[in-house]
Parts: sequence; C-alpha cells; structure tokens
Amino acid sequence: MSVIEAPTPTDVVRRARRRPLNRHRLVVGGLSVLLFLLFVARVLLGDYTITIPDFFRIVTGTEIPGASFILLESKLPRALLGVLVGVAFGVGGAIFQTILRNPLASPDVIGISVGASAAAVAVLILVDVTDNRWLSLAAILGALGTAAIVRLVSGGVAGYRLVLIGVGMAAALNSVIQYLFTRADIFDAQLALRWLTGSLHQADWPTIRVLVVLLIVLTPIVAWLARSLRITELGEDAAAGLGVTTRRTDALLLVGVVLVAVGVAASGPIAFVSFLAGPISRALNAGRTTLLGAGLVGAAIVVAADYAAEYLILDINFPVGVVTGALGAPFLLWLLASGRTGRRSA
Amino acid sequence: MTLTEQRVPASLPLSGRASTATAAATLVVAVVAVSAASVLVGSRMVSPFELFSGSDAMSGIVEARVPRTAVGLTLGAALGLAGACMQGLTRNPLADPGILGVNAGAAFAMVVGLTVFGASQLNQYLWFAFAGAAVATVAVHMLASLGRDGATPVKLAIAGAAMTAALTSWTSAVLLLDRQTLEVFRLWQVGTIGGRYWSPLLTLAPMLAVGAALALVSARVLNTLTLGEDMARGLGRHTTRDRLIVGLAIVLLSGGATALAGPVAFVGLIVPHLVRIVVGSDYARILPFSMGYGAVLTLAADVVGRVVLPPAEVQVGIMTSVIGVPIFFWMIRRGRLGAL
Repeated sequence: MSVIEAPTPTDVVRRARRRPLNRHRLVVGGLSVLLFLLFVARVLLGDYTITIPDFFRIVTGTEIPGASFILLESKLPRALLGVLVGVAFGVGGAIFQTILRNPLASPDVIGISVGASAAAVAVLILVDVTDNRWLSLAAILGALGTAAIVRLVSGGVAGYRLVLIGVGMAAALNSVIQYLFTRADIFDAQLALRWLTGSLHQADWPTIRVLVVLLIVLTPIVAWLARSLRITELGEDAAAGLGVTTRRTDALLLVGVVLVAVGVAASGPIAFVSFLAGPISRALNAGRTTLLGAGLVGAAIVVAADYAAEYLILDINFPVGVVTGALGAPFLLWLLASGRTGRRSA
Repeated sequence: MTLTEQRVPASLPLSGRASTATAAATLVVAVVAVSAASVLVGSRMVSPFELFSGSDAMSGIVEARVPRTAVGLTLGAALGLAGACMQGLTRNPLADPGILGVNAGAAFAMVVGLTVFGASQLNQYLWFAFAGAAVATVAVHMLASLGRDGATPVKLAIAGAAMTAALTSWTSAVLLLDRQTLEVFRLWQVGTIGGRYWSPLLTLAPMLAVGAALALVSARVLNTLTLGEDMARGLGRHTTRDRLIVGLAIVLLSGGATALAGPVAFVGLIVPHLVRIVVGSDYARILPFSMGYGAVLTLAADVVGRVVLPPAEVQVGIMTSVIGVPIFFWMIRRGRLGAL
C-alpha cells in the first residue's frame, strides 16, 4: 500500500477553524495599530505640535508652560474620551445589528440615541439644569426608557417589526426635541444643539474616569453574554432550539443599550458611529461578527473624525458628530452600490 | 413584504363598493366638522352664534382662522396624496416624506437660503424649502437606482436615511455657527400653520394643483406597479415614463407641502395605510380618500394642538407625530405595514 498524503478529517476541520481565527487576530492587530497611530496623531499633532520627549516629560509631571495645559486639558482627554465612546458606540451598535440581524438596526436608527438626547434636552430646557452630571443621568435613563418601550411594543426581537417601531419612535422623539427647541431661549437652544450633534469639546477627567470604570465593569459581562451571539445570529427559532433563551438575548441587548447610553451621556450622540462600526469590522473580518473589532473601528472613527473636525477647516471647530454624519452617507451609498443591503450582509 | 396577510378575496368587491359610498359620506361629514371646529376653536373660543354677530373682534378672529383652516386642509391633502403615491411608486410601506429625505433636503435648503442668500420672509424662504425638497426627492431616487436591481424598497429607505443623515449634519454645522439662523429655523422645523394667511397658499397653489392632478390620474399606473416592475412592463406600461409622472407629482406635492408649513411627519405615512384598510387596495379609491383623510387628520391635529397645552400652541407637526405614533405602532403590531 502506498502512503496516502491526504489530510485526515481532523486536520481539515482544524485548519478550517483556524483560518477565521487567524484572520480575526490579524484584523484586531491591524486595527489596534491603526487606532494607536490615530491616537498619537490626535494627541501630538494639530495646530500645536507636541514632541514625543515633551509628551513623556509632561505626563511624568514636568510643567512646560502652554504645552502642559494644552495636552492635559484638551488634547489628551479628548483623545481618550474619543477612544472610550468610540468603543462603547461600536460594540453597542454591533450587538444590536447582530441580534436584530439587520445592518439598519443600529441604536441611532431605531431611536435609542435619540431617546437619550431627548431626555437630556428635556432636562436642559424644561428643568433648566445645565449641570453635565444630571444631563448625563437623564440621557442614560432616556435611552433605557426608549429601549424598553421599543422592545415592549414590538413584543420580540425578531425581524423587521422592532426596526420599524424603532424608526417610528425615533421620528416621534425627534419632534419632541424640535418642540422643546421652540420653547427654549436661544442660548439653551444652542447648548441643546451640541447635545444633538455629539461633541468631545467638554471632555474632562472625571467623565473619563467614570467611563473607564463603567467599561471595565461591562467588558466581562459582554464577553460572557456574547458567547451566544454566534447562535443568536441564526435567528430566534434556531437559537431557542439550540438553548439560547430570549432572556439571554434580552440581557445582551440591555448591555448594548447601556453602552450606547453611556456613550451618549459622555459625548452626545455622535452620528452614525454605532451604525458604521459593525459593518466595517465585519467586512474586514470576512463577514464574521467581531465585537472587539467593532469597538476598535468605532474608536478609530471617532478619533479620526475629531481630528478632522478640529483641524480640517481653518479657524472653525466643528463638533465631531458633524464629520461622522457627513461620512456616514457615502458609506451607506457604498452599501447600496455594492448591493450589500440584504439581511446577512456586511 | 414578509408579513403579507392572507386574505379571502371573495367578498371584497361588493363590500368594497358599499363601503366606498359610506366612506365618502363619512369623509364629507368629517371635513365639514373639522373645518367648523377649526374656525371656532382656539385660545379664544367662538360660539356659532357669535360668529354671525358681525363684531370687529369676531371678524378679526375669523380672518385669521379661515385661511389657517384652508392651509391646514391643503397641507393635509397634499401630504396624504403624496404619501399614497410614494408608497405605491416605491412599493415601500414606510415611504414618507420624512423617511425618504425630503424634509431633510427642505431643511438644509432653508438654512442655506437663510444664511447665504439672506432670505427672511416666508414668501422668500418658501422657495428654498420647495427646491430642497424637490432635489432631495430626485437625488434619493437616483441614488437608490444605483446598482444592479434598481430602486428596491430597502435601497430607497437606506438612500433616504443616508440623505437625511448627511443633510442633517450639514444643517447642524451651519446652525452651530449662526445663531440668528437657528432662531428662525427652529420655529420653522416643527411644522406649523399658525399665522399663515392666504399669500403662501396662493403662491403654492399652482404647483399643488398640478401635482394633485398628476397624482389622481396615475391611479391605474400605481395599480399596475403594485404587481412589480417586470409584470407592469409585461402588461405594456412604459414603466420609466410612468415613474417619472408619479415622481413629478410626489415632488410637487411634498415639496409644496413642506414649503407651506415646514416638515410635517406621519400624515403621509399612516393615512394611506388607514385608507387601505377601509377602501381596499385599488388606487383609484386610495388616492382620493388619502387626500381627504390626510386633510381631516392634519386639521384635526392642528385644532387639538391649539388647546392642548394652554396658553401656548403645540404646532401641527408635533401633534401629527403625537397622534401618528400610536397608530403607527398599532399598524405594525397588526402586520398592516406589510400588506402592500
């Protein structure tokens, strides 16, 4: 008998399983490097350049007039906040899109972000509170409330119904915001507009600290719950058959809502980040969902967009949400042109 | 779409015809009732007897409320008709000026008109709103036609969402830099017919009339399109020309409506669906009834908005959302939006 070189079945399976895993490592590694470079550019470059030795001197406590202030009070907190909310939006959005099996079902399309904004604007204009902490709390409660209503009215997470209810909810909440706008005095109205666009201008260390703690608490929960995500993608019935209960899916959705809510509370609803991050990371990862990748893409988008918003046009500092909103449209067009708008598309 | 209901067609024609007469009678009564209410109800209530007393105060109130009533009816009729045409043309149950980017286009053009061209009077910026709405409608349709399979419902919805997102962020960019524009814009963007007299209505009347005429003669076209693009072509329709005519009607109607009152959501979305429940799926009936009930719903919303939160008024655009959302939710839960 001749020696047969054919691979054993075990080898075939092992190789087939390893390929996506390797690809995932590559994607995550590449995105991490990209994010690091963007972060460095955001912190060091711009209209006031900080050299690398200076950066380390300032961070380790040396006082350099001018540079210290700009780095510690503006550039560094903004970059950090950008990374944190980018991760929150990216992961939150990817959770939604995966569970609802629809790239359109991101939290900003189905009303969650709008709910957060509406609550914050209501408190700002009706109660006349301008303290950021209360506004943030209102935003989180608003997002949770909206999510609860959408979930209860639609009566399940399956199919288009939840998306449709969410779109309707978003439209209604938008008109609530517009009504509040007409009741506000003009200074409040402009402040409220920032809440609607999403901006990193108000980045400060206490916010960052709270956000870091929250993300550290949420990460293991997401990791634990997300193990069922692969199965949830197969659809509600199949998932139920394979032992993933609706309760578990709901818990994961709840975590997604919390992530988005926390992000909105910290920076306002930065348009389209949670919508873009999931599909981009999926496309990079050969069509497989990756929450880690989505988080990294989200962070990269926010940091890069913030850089563009700050320095692209001389003397005009746009809030970051303006750039991401303008960026979201071409991406959607690409989705259209490449015919990737189906159910299981990137 | 996926939720298509299985219905028994056997009893439809007869009961449909019978209910058409009833529905028409109900509609006439409803229009008269809501118009009367619109003249009488407001921060200063008027009794029917006072109305004919001929005092100066009375004539002042009537002079303000009669044109407002006319504007409300026209606005609602245009929105209802535009919504029905859009849903028929795109075969998309969610088609609505708000969702297909029309309102966002109008809003952005408004802001450009206010800042760049210095428009300050309603009769000036009305044209910007109209142009913006028209351009956005055409652009969304063209974008959705990219790619292999033409303008499918899903692609239209996505193109509309993309347009809305991009235009909204550009609008906010301008507004953040210019406080004065924000002051005018925020009062316009809620959608209001308060303080409208005859002049904007007369300015826009020709466009709205042409739009309505084009829409109403398109009933057969829309019926054929319901069968799908291929089937319609097989039945000998020039689908491109048909689409252009209906599209022009939509542009004129929704652009005119948005120019008249600002963005008013949900009327164009829910009225055709409700009408469809009552009169069946023939566009020859859907179109006129959508027009009528659109007018009734809009004016009723405006009347309620005048008294619901005294002393201020709640604008008609807000009220249609408040009334529209529960109906919208109810329709989705019943699976009604799938039945196209």
